[in-house]
Amino acid sequence: MKLPIYLDYSATTPVDERVAQKMMECLTIDGNFGNPASRSHLFGWKAEEAVEQARRQVADLIGADPREIVWTSGATESNNLAIKGVAHFNARKGKHIITSKIEHKAVLDTCRQLEREGFEVTYLDPTPEGLILPQQVADALREDTTIVSIMHVNNEIGTINDIAAIGAICRAKGVMFHVDAAQSTGKVAINMAELPVDLLSMSAHKTYGPKGVGALFVGRKPRVRLEAQMHGGGHERGMRSGTLPTHQIVGMGEAFRIAGEEMQDEQARILKLRTRLLDGVSDMEQVFVNGSLEHRVAGNLNISFAFVEGESLIMALKDLAISSGSACTSASLEPSYVLRALGLSDELAHSSLRFSFGRYTTEADVDHAIAQVRRAVEKLRELSPLWDMYKEGIDLNSVQWAAH
Amino acid sequence: MAYSEKVIDHYENPRNVGALDTKAANVGTGMVGAPACGDVMRLQIQVNDQGIIEDAKFKTYGCGSAIASSSLLTEWVKGKTLDEAAQIKNIEIAEELALPPVKIHCSVLAEDAIKAAIHDLKQKQQQS
Repeated sequence: MKLPIYLDYSATTPVDERVAQKMMECLTIDGNFGNPASRSHLFGWKAEEAVEQARRQVADLIGADPREIVWTSGATESNNLAIKGVAHFNARKGKHIITSKIEHKAVLDTCRQLEREGFEVTYLDPTPEGLILPQQVADALREDTTIVSIMHVNNEIGTINDIAAIGAICRAKGVMFHVDAAQSTGKVAINMAELPVDLLSMSAHKTYGPKGVGALFVGRKPRVRLEAQMHGGGHERGMRSGTLPTHQIVGMGEAFRIAGEEMQDEQARILKLRTRLLDGVSDMEQVFVNGSLEHRVAGNLNISFAFVEGESLIMALKDLAISSGSACTSASLEPSYVLRALGLSDELAHSSLRFSFGRYTTEADVDHAIAQVRRAVEKLRELSPLWDMYKEGIDLNSVQWAAH
Repeated sequence: MAYSEKVIDHYENPRNVGALDTKAANVGTGMVGAPACGDVMRLQIQVNDQGIIEDAKFKTYGCGSAIASSSLLTEWVKGKTLDEAAQIKNIEIAEELALPPVKIHCSVLAEDAIKAAIHDLKQKQQQS
């Protein structure tokens, strides 16, 4: 077992060896280094061929036409291009956007920017289970709504939204539907041929590809029109200019090809690991899983250990690389906005840990994690005045706290 | 975030963890912070007949820096008079533990905790 143990696959994944190998073939003088936009010589043609093969590989994973794939620098850019691109293009038709409170910052901040430009945004509340219901979207739709943006899988709690049902509602009203799928490719089957989704953001590095590359699915039927956000040489049919990074793109293609082949077995194996971890800690007192367990990707477990603060817990878990919803692990001093949107008390949000499992996680890793977590939680509860109060039967909500 | 060695030492080997009898006439209890803010400190001091702090105990819910600040404080107040203990400033704690700017509030909380404990004890003594 290698220490520390990486259990933060939702943050990023290591590049698969097979992917790295393909990428290295596209860099040096002996490799496929040409500019895919060079039309006058073999170097350009070969690079273009590699890029188009990768485009097919990405399209294949999500059941799309390769002509519907636009390369970007990652899911953040894809989200920006989709939401700003469609909102700007349709600004004369309407200026209303619908999204949810638990989207990734790349969506929320994009919406904030559009608000500054005069657009109006409705932020839907998730259910306590962490889901956005189709009916909520239906109720929020207006005459002037031009785009709805709802994530497929949440990055903190791993919950899966019913994008087929939400999309059907949008399509019936002729409203564009964008899905941030950064956390779902290679984890949940996606078939764009059947899904009523117009735009879908993808990232390579969450699926064992390299950082710095992603893609945006831009549907052809019905045809999606958007305003470019990056101007230049007119690459990607004018939707996103900039020389295509062959090695990055080839890496994403290979990563998505592998995901398509191995997803089913891999997800089954990962689900067993998650269940093992949960079983290993669920007999402890005051342990809560955040978000629906039923509608959740296999690789995520977000869990609160009441009366223990998340950052100090992470400090005790020296052998584990994990994240916390605690304020203290971020610069903002606010606990996770996702957990708070679920209705969790600040205190349970502060006490949360996110374990995310992936391709290289082993049973031995999980067993070591269980032992460490149990020891750390017990130690910190011994140190916690809140735990004492809980044991004495004092309701913490009845105490007058001196907020600071 | 990287922690200083002193923070790690106090976090891993916290001094004076525990509780004193809240009802005892020579024990003062200070509880500051709020669960919603991510830190709660409970600091208790016990004085002898000469008014010297002879024992101190703490329990803290919070980040490593909050735990270290309260642990350090229990070491510092022992052997001091109440007036001397009331002189301890948060900045001294922050300097001793080399707390980064985002963690200064942990040392502020520790200062609040000792003041609250002293206040509690003085109130008890006035009543008796």
